[in-house]
Amino acid sequence: MAEIYDVELRNVTKKFGDFTAVKDISLGVHKGEFFSLLGPSGCGKTTNLRMIAGFEAPTSGEIFLDGQPVSQLPPFKRNVNTVFQNYALFPHLTVAENVAFGLEMKGLGKDEIRKRVADALEMVRLPDSGAKKPHQLSGGQRQRIALARAIVNRPQVLLLDEPLGALDLKLRKAMQLELKELQRQLGITFVFVTHDQEEALVMSDRIGVMNHGELLQVGTPEEIYDRPANRFVADFIGDTNFLPCRVTECQGEVAWVQVGQGIRVKAACDQAVSGERQATLAIRPEKIHLHPAGSAGGQGEDVFPGRIEEAVFMGTDTRYVVELEPGVQLVVRYQNVNAATERFREGETVAVSWRPISARVLLS
Amino acid sequence: MTARRKSLLAILLGPGAFWIGLFFLIPLILVVVYSFLERRSGGGVLWHFSLDAYIKLFSPTGETLINDFMMIVLRSLWWAALTSFVCLIIGYPLAFFIALQPPSHRTAYLFFVLIPFWTNFLVRTYAWKFILNNNGLLNNLLQALGMNRIALINTPTAVLIGLVYGSLPFMVLPLYASIEKLDFDLVEAAQDLGANYVRVFSRVILPLTMPGIVAGIVLVFIPVSGQYIVPTILGGGKVAMLGNLLAQQFGPALNWPFGSAIAVVFMALLMVGVIFYLRGDAREEEVGL
Repeated sequence: MAEIYDVELRNVTKKFGDFTAVKDISLGVHKGEFFSLLGPSGCGKTTNLRMIAGFEAPTSGEIFLDGQPVSQLPPFKRNVNTVFQNYALFPHLTVAENVAFGLEMKGLGKDEIRKRVADALEMVRLPDSGAKKPHQLSGGQRQRIALARAIVNRPQVLLLDEPLGALDLKLRKAMQLELKELQRQLGITFVFVTHDQEEALVMSDRIGVMNHGELLQVGTPEEIYDRPANRFVADFIGDTNFLPCRVTECQGEVAWVQVGQGIRVKAACDQAVSGERQATLAIRPEKIHLHPAGSAGGQGEDVFPGRIEEAVFMGTDTRYVVELEPGVQLVVRYQNVNAATERFREGETVAVSWRPISARVLLS
Repeated sequence: MTARRKSLLAILLGPGAFWIGLFFLIPLILVVVYSFLERRSGGGVLWHFSLDAYIKLFSPTGETLINDFMMIVLRSLWWAALTSFVCLIIGYPLAFFIALQPPSHRTAYLFFVLIPFWTNFLVRTYAWKFILNNNGLLNNLLQALGMNRIALINTPTAVLIGLVYGSLPFMVLPLYASIEKLDFDLVEAAQDLGANYVRVFSRVILPLTMPGIVAGIVLVFIPVSGQYIVPTILGGGKVAMLGNLLAQQFGPALNWPFGSAIAVVFMALLMVGVIFYLRGDAREEEVGL
C-alpha cells in the first residue's frame, strides 16, 4: 500500500492565462516533516503553497491532504493554516483577538479559547502582548504573533510563506532555529516557502528546488547540496565552480572527463553516458584543497599543478582563484587554520587536489 | 516655530482661510445674528434685539408651530436616515466592485459615478420628474410591458428615489476610498483561519471599512436633512422637509428671524449628533492603519 502523505500534489499544473506558474508537479510531504520549497522569486513556489491553502485552484491535477482530495474545498474548510509573508495580522483586533480568531471560528468555548491563546502566546515567548494592537509590535514580534495565530488552531499542516523574509539578518537566524525547534515540539507538518538557500538548508528535513514552475529536485539538504541534479540546483544552492568539459568514458557512476586542453579527471556521474559528449563539471570551492607545489595531495585525490591568481582574505577562510591552465580557473575556499604567514600568495605555484567524488558531471 | 515657517503657513493656509471666512463663516454668523433680531414686515430684519423667533419656535401654547416644527425635524431626520441607509446598501457593493477592478479601470468607473455632477442638480431633478410622472417614461414603459401604471410623482417614494439618486456619489466615493485601502491579504488570512464568507465580511471587511461608511453617512445625512429641491419638485410640496419650511419663512412668510432661528436650532441638533457619532467612530478607529 502506498504511503498516505500529509500533503500530496499529483500532476498539479496551474496556469494564469497564458502563463504557466506550476508545471505538472507531483510531490509528497510526510507527516511531521519540515519540507521547504526553494527557488528564485517567480518560480511557482508560492503558487504551490496557495493551492495547498485553497486560495488558488489547480488548473489540472489534484491535491490531497491526509489522503483526501481537497481541490474543491474552500480555504476555510481545510485543516491547514498559513503564516503569511506580510503576517496579515488584523489591524483592528488586539493580539489576543488575532490569535483567538481561528478558535472562535471553530466555535470553541470562551474559557478554552482564553487558555489556548495564552498557551500559544507563551509558546512564541510573548505572553504579555495580548492586549496590544499589532501596530504596537516590532517586526519580529508580529512574526511571532502570526505564528501563534496559526499554530493555536493545531492544524494538520502549517504553511509558511517566506515568514522570515522581512526580518533583519540576526533576527532571521535566531528565528530559523526557533521555528525548527517549535516544529519538532509540535510535530506538525511544515511546508515552508523560501528563496533563501541557507534558510532551507538549516531548517528542512527535505527540500524541493523549483525553477520556472518545475520541481527540479527533491531531497535532504545533504543530497541537494552534495548531489545536485542539474546545473541550476548546483548554482542556486551554495557556490560552485562550473567547468565546461567533455565526458570521454563512463563506467557506472564514475566518468572520465577532459577539461580544457590537457586536464583529465575522474568525476561522479549520476546518469549513464554512452560515447563522448559535452557536459559541465561542478566542484564546490570548499572541496578543493591547496598544497605547496610538488605535494602529492591527500589520499585518493587527483592532483594538478596550479598558480594562485587572486587571494582574498575573508576572515574564517581565504578565497583563492587558481589557474590550472590558461582559461581554466577555479575558485577555492580554504579555511584559515594556519597562521597568516602560511597562506598562499598571489603568483605562487601550488598543487590543487580534490577527491573524484567531489567533482560532479552535470549533463545539460 | 520659526518666523519663516509661520509666514509659509500663512501663505499656504491664507487663501483657504479667507475663502471659508468670507463665504462660510460670515453668512453663518449672519444667520445666527438674524435669529435674534426683529422681523421686518416686508422681509429682512430690523436691527433690534429680540427673542421673538425662539419664543415662537418653542412656545408651548397657542400656535401649533412647535408641533409642526418638531414633525418636520423628525421627518427630515427620518428621510436623511432612510436615504443614507439606501445609499449604503446600494453604494457598498458598487464601491466594492470598483475597488476590485484593475487600477486602470477604476478611474473610468469613478468617472461614471461623477458624471451626474456635470449637470445642475435642479435640472437633473426635473429630469426625474419626467421619468416618474404619471405620464412619464417609467409609466409608459410599464404600460408597454403590459403592467399597471403606478402613481409615483408627489409621493414619498418619488422623494426617496430623488434623494438617493442625488446622494449616491457622496456615499460611493468615501466607501471606495476605504475599500480600496483594504488589504485583501487579511481576507485570505480570515478564510485561512476558518471564517466563511459571511464571517469574513462581518469580522474583517466591515470593521476595516467602517471609516468609509461613517464618512459616507455623514456626507449623505447632513445635506439630505436640509434638502429643498427634491421634496419640492418630486414630492410636490406634500412631503415637507426642513428645507421647505425654511424657504417658506424666507419666502412667502417673510419672517427672516424665524427662519434663521429654525436653521440655528436644527444646526445645533445636527452638530451635537455628528460630534457624538464621529467620537464613537474615532474610538473604534484607534487601530493605526
